[in-house]
Amino acid sequence: MSSDSSSWERALVQISPYTFSAIGVSVLDAAWGIFITGSSLIGAAIKAPRITSKNLISTESGAFDSYYMLKLLLVELARLGVIFCEAVAIYGVIVAIILQTELESVPTSQMYAPESLRAGYAIFASGLIVGFANLVCGVCVGIIGSSCALSDAQNSSLFVKILVIEIFGSALGLFGVIVGIIMSSQATWPAKA
Amino acid sequence: MYGWEMLSFNIHDGFLEAIVRGNRSGLLTAADYNNLCQCETLDDIKMHLTATEYGPYLQNEPSPLHTTTIVEKCTLKLVDEYKHMLCQATEPLSTFLQYITYGHMIDNVVLIVTGTLHERDVNELLEKCHPLGMFDSIASLAVAQNMRELYRLVLVDTPLAPYFSECITSEDLDDMNIEIMRNTLYKAYLEDFYKFCQKLGGATAEIMCDLLSFEADRRAVNITINSIGTELTRDDRRKLYSNFGLLYPYGHEELAVCEDVDQVRGAMEKYPPYQSIFSRISYGESQMLDKAFYEEEVKRLCLSFEQQFHYAVFFAYIRLCEQEIRNLMWISECVAQNQKSRVHDSVVFIF
Repeated sequence: MSSDSSSWERALVQISPYTFSAIGVSVLDAAWGIFITGSSLIGAAIKAPRITSKNLISTESGAFDSYYMLKLLLVELARLGVIFCEAVAIYGVIVAIILQTELESVPTSQMYAPESLRAGYAIFASGLIVGFANLVCGVCVGIIGSSCALSDAQNSSLFVKILVIEIFGSALGLFGVIVGIIMSSQATWPAKA
Repeated sequence: MYGWEMLSFNIHDGFLEAIVRGNRSGLLTAADYNNLCQCETLDDIKMHLTATEYGPYLQNEPSPLHTTTIVEKCTLKLVDEYKHMLCQATEPLSTFLQYITYGHMIDNVVLIVTGTLHERDVNELLEKCHPLGMFDSIASLAVAQNMRELYRLVLVDTPLAPYFSECITSEDLDDMNIEIMRNTLYKAYLEDFYKFCQKLGGATAEIMCDLLSFEADRRAVNITINSIGTELTRDDRRKLYSNFGLLYPYGHEELAVCEDVDQVRGAMEKYPPYQSIFSRISYGESQMLDKAFYEEEVKRLCLSFEQQFHYAVFFAYIRLCEQEIRNLMWISECVAQNQKSRVHDSVVFIF
């Protein structure tokens, strides 16, 4: 047993910390949500091709530029899509960028000082929180998106109503991002001695 | 576990579920049936049907039409959709879809054996077989003389082989034995299907087991009513009832001793889900029982579409299509024989 734990320990230590950043899990779950919605969308669109445009809002590549997003919505209504799922991946990117600006190298003498331990754990936990919050958010949005595509194919008045449920679902990811940012902003490294 | 299937159902079966739901929206509605019921000739029916999903299948038919042509082409549409789904399905959905057709296979086998007994031509019988239940060696069924040969020559290679263990005898085939064989096979098939669905678990198990229980109970009632007054003993009758369902085991005990329809009604009224069926039929009327059962079945099949991420929608869709074809056949026959007043006797509206 001890050999098992030490080999796990070695494996975890050897993996580069950037792998564990928020982006890894966020992108996994965004992809999960997208495929859940996408497979239903493809099937339902055979009988009702009109739904592809509106439902793509759930999967479409999100725009970083909010103006572009607005224009997308107002002018090109045909490209509504599965934006919500992709937004989850974007949350992961945003938090990963924020976290990596918080990282600083610490001199060896102060590596185990309480303050630097706290900062390190805070950043790690922040990434973990964002990752797992986005995991469940993406799956949730994906499942709802699949039901949305199927019901829109039968009755187009249902689309907006189920979209509202999707919006509430994507708020879960937003909560995770907010908590993660608050936690990581408090990560102060000890001043260099 | 119930609930986690939402995460992974769409990986393999999301596309096909969406297709089957799209097909469901193409089923005929009450408005369509009202239009069809008001048709004067079969050509009118064909004209109305060309505006629906059956259009591509019927539009090239020359007049004069026969009712059998209409039914054949509509069945062809069902078969095409089924084959389209089957070729895209992966395990376990493909096994599930195949299970749905074993009932038709059993019917086809019995049809050919009965026809051969009455000295009909094999090709004529093959044309009457249901296309969903065809298998490769079906034509050689005409050669068999008794059940053991039937099994050894033909059926051992088909999926029906495991269902034969209970009914292999060396007796010659005659009408009574064939009916008993049909019901024994169907009983084994339903139990096998039930076990398979339970193994799948989750929402599929829950909904399919409910639908199959209803099917088993309906068959039990039909067997009872059809065998009143025949030489089928009570023990034989009890052997034909399935080992699951709402009526198992106490309802079966009561049904086995019934000697007329009113006793059957008395036995069934103890079960609340079936009480509503029997209350719609007044005393002494057993013709409407079929229609009442069909209505109840259609209601349950439509309810299965309310949930997502399970396989029962495939089963329900195929059954609803078959019901629709039965409706079309009845309407066509009424129109062809000029008996339009009886049209609403047997049409079950789906929506």
